[in-house]
Amino acid sequence: MSEILQPLLEVNHLKKYFPIKSGLLSRTVGNVKAVDDISFSIKPGETFGLVGESGSGKSTVGRTILRLTDKTDGEVKFKGIDLYDLSPQELRRLRPKMQLIFQDPYSSLNPRVRIGDAIGEALLDHGLVPQAEVRDRVLEVLAACGLSSYHIDRFPHEFSGGQRQRVGIARALVLNPDLIIADEPVSALDVSIQAQIINLFRKMQETRGLTYLFISHDLSVVEHLCSQIGVMYLGSMMERASRDELFRDPLHPYTKALLSAVPVPIPKLKRERIVLSGELPNPADPPSGCKFHTRCPYAVARCREEVPLFRNVGSDRSVACHLV
Amino acid sequence: MNSILDIEHLRTHFKTDDGTVRAVDDVSFQVRQGEIVCIVGESGSGKSITAMSVMGLVEGPAGRVVGGNIRFDGEELLKLSRNELRTIRGNEIAMIFQEPMTSLNPVLKIGEQLMEPLIEHRKLNKKAARKRAIELINEVGISRAEQIADSYPHELSGGMLQRIMIAIAISCGPKLLIADEPTTALDVTIQAQILDMLRKFKEESNMSILLITHDLGVVAEMADYVVVMYAGKVVEEGEVVALFENPKHPYTQGLLKSKPIINQRQEELYSIPGQVPNPLELVPSCYFHERCAHCMEICKTTQPALKEVGNQQKVACWLYEEATANV
Amino acid sequence: MSTINGEATKAYLSKKSVHTSLWRQSLRRLLKNKLAVFGFVVVAFMFAACFIGPLFSPYTDNKINMAFMNKPPSLKHWLGTDVLGRDVLTRVLQAGRISLTVGLASMVLSVFIGSLLGIIAGYYRGIVDQVIMRIADLLLTIPSLPLLFIFGALLSEWKVPTDYRMYIVMLMLSIVGWPGLARMVRGQMLSLREREFMQAAIVLGLRDRRKLFNHLLPNLVPLLIVIATLNIGGAILSESVLSYFGLGVMAPTPTWGNMIDAANNMIDFQEHPWLWIPPGFSIFATVIAINIFGDGLRDVLDPKQKR
Repeated sequence: MSEILQPLLEVNHLKKYFPIKSGLLSRTVGNVKAVDDISFSIKPGETFGLVGESGSGKSTVGRTILRLTDKTDGEVKFKGIDLYDLSPQELRRLRPKMQLIFQDPYSSLNPRVRIGDAIGEALLDHGLVPQAEVRDRVLEVLAACGLSSYHIDRFPHEFSGGQRQRVGIARALVLNPDLIIADEPVSALDVSIQAQIINLFRKMQETRGLTYLFISHDLSVVEHLCSQIGVMYLGSMMERASRDELFRDPLHPYTKALLSAVPVPIPKLKRERIVLSGELPNPADPPSGCKFHTRCPYAVARCREEVPLFRNVGSDRSVACHLV
Repeated sequence: MNSILDIEHLRTHFKTDDGTVRAVDDVSFQVRQGEIVCIVGESGSGKSITAMSVMGLVEGPAGRVVGGNIRFDGEELLKLSRNELRTIRGNEIAMIFQEPMTSLNPVLKIGEQLMEPLIEHRKLNKKAARKRAIELINEVGISRAEQIADSYPHELSGGMLQRIMIAIAISCGPKLLIADEPTTALDVTIQAQILDMLRKFKEESNMSILLITHDLGVVAEMADYVVVMYAGKVVEEGEVVALFENPKHPYTQGLLKSKPIINQRQEELYSIPGQVPNPLELVPSCYFHERCAHCMEICKTTQPALKEVGNQQKVACWLYEEATANV
Repeated sequence: MSTINGEATKAYLSKKSVHTSLWRQSLRRLLKNKLAVFGFVVVAFMFAACFIGPLFSPYTDNKINMAFMNKPPSLKHWLGTDVLGRDVLTRVLQAGRISLTVGLASMVLSVFIGSLLGIIAGYYRGIVDQVIMRIADLLLTIPSLPLLFIFGALLSEWKVPTDYRMYIVMLMLSIVGWPGLARMVRGQMLSLREREFMQAAIVLGLRDRRKLFNHLLPNLVPLLIVIATLNIGGAILSESVLSYFGLGVMAPTPTWGNMIDAANNMIDFQEHPWLWIPPGFSIFATVIAINIFGDGLRDVLDPKQKR
């Protein structure tokens, strides 16, 4: 029983600050708190959606988990192992188990490497399969991702955006990972292609039991794919809930505003819209108290002074708001 | 309602190393006064090139408008000289782009860039232009207008810059505003603000808006009339409610079905198979036939024409040609 | 806008055409650039003429023949004879061998040093980077021509045998040539490191060796080819200048540079133009052709540098 409950990925009080340097000696004059004390965990087979607007730090969370950039503080545990305790060699050996899918299918593939090599090289490098079998494994995963066997010798520039994203997915899947972090994987794609890729993500989860951390700004996509959802604003988690709860009854005013701002393709649909006033504050100089108070329609004096705790409400749901 | 923009049989071609791309291929539609028309399509559909052709921005050795008419307020734009076009551009037809950051000059202050068209087209003196510029900044919902007028583009956020772009666009009271993916680079909460503002200005000044977008949600919220483009062609057009409730063309149907909608979860999304055809390999046929579930023999050999199918809705599809022929 | 259509076009062309690498694509585009092809033909002609031409000349022994000194062009001596009665055409072609060899060799050497140090600096960064780049900066602050002059004067002072001078000149040219190159390579490395496909390589857990040889270097090579090509022209020019001033390769070994030295003499300049026009024209034609070809290469290999 306890084994089932053990989360695959555990993020505890993760912080990532980028120093702001200035002057001749480039002294650090301040910090951009891109990720400011974030905690969440993902159970095996689950899809966790991380939602937020630009500057919310959602992509930095993904990159800090994978140690593409160093953390400032906190803990990242993958299968109970703290990734930041590993030596570079140990980390390298563990990497095939946690893969990343990028937003831009153009820049994430090396233009001078054939698709087959791009997908197969990590298998070879880690010695996961004998050299003679690499090509078979590549062909297998190409087919699973909806690409044809004749694509194997082609170069990235011969593919369309949607096909490239399939290659990116195939490159990750061939390693048989447990966790896939997908950073805005469909936002660069056209609507009709988006649907194909979303379906592919779903199919892969069903057939391979994958666990996803799905980072996106698009709530409609997140709703479609994710079972748990976290909403980020200026580096902090504002609300975390299961999909059904979050979409049925959003608690945080920011979540409510975000949900109501998404344009719905149904004309003349009369919706009550919360249009937020103002712009995203400067992340280098975030507002005091609740970071959202400058744009919150319900803000009271307390919100300006006191940082709301990210606390449990209900069985499996947390929110950071004084008013809830 | 009289039409303010009348596009007839517009053709814009691009020469590439491998052949000619017919980016806009015999496109006709109208924009009436006080109306918001949305051109919706995916990348490579020619929707942006259509807008740029209207603005006279397709130039250079590679791209050229090779045929058709663009009548604005009764005047044929394609016959105008560069100079005459300049007096219309930015004055009677204004345009805003997807990337506000790159459409503003980084070394000029916001105020100066707002004053430019006022001095150029409205013949205001510097003082009056500055006063009007401050008013405009206030009108697009930015407080501290004086301070903003004296800042440089890099000091403002994307949402603010897009507001400034809109302020510049409406400064001369245009009859037509062309907005090319104006909110694609912005966050949803900012997008909502910008769309609300565009609608407000339209109501106040009775200008027309030609909105180019790939987002069906934006279309549903903004449009009075919708033009759907695919591979350089108009495949369907019609009044927005009719078109969304009863899409005729299989492409429009697929597009609407493949978009996930909040609070309407499905197990599996519908997706249009395949991908957009290579613009260099198009042969006379319905360009959608390879991806179409209703493909017939005739679709592979003959191009369907855009025909009215009642209630102001037009569609270019053999499914409806036959139906009407049989009746 | 045309690029978007171009992208789409390329993507779908793949359905029919065989898979083409970026190299093959670049070659195809290069062949369409008439000027670049012309440049290449001229360079190739120069190389062929200089390395093969003298084999067909009856005057390769460079025998001094006072009876034939300073004769204008004739059927026997197409470009006339020099002050010692040697055939000018043969001398120009033999000089070309030296000049082109010096240009080519010093290019290879400086590209080797420069790219090696640039790659090391850009890949490992930190203190290694600091040391390498500060040395490069130091060399870049010294104007190269006076530096070469001083080297040249020292060589003469130390009475270095003329046979060796050619090699020392090559070395000198690469010493002044590598810092600029290293800086460019390092810049390219730093920008490549930040590209997403390199991040992908980290996530895949690839070994350093594979990241370097399979991902970074192939993307560096186009830049290197362009720089190398353009560098040959520069090296030929520098060698000519040195030799012209008598500080580079010295007589009797002919180079284009020391042959134009004839123009230094007022009588030769006015009365015997066949002595200095042929080598002068050779330098001019070769360097221009290399630059035209190099520019064409840059356009197809490194499109971001355009405009």
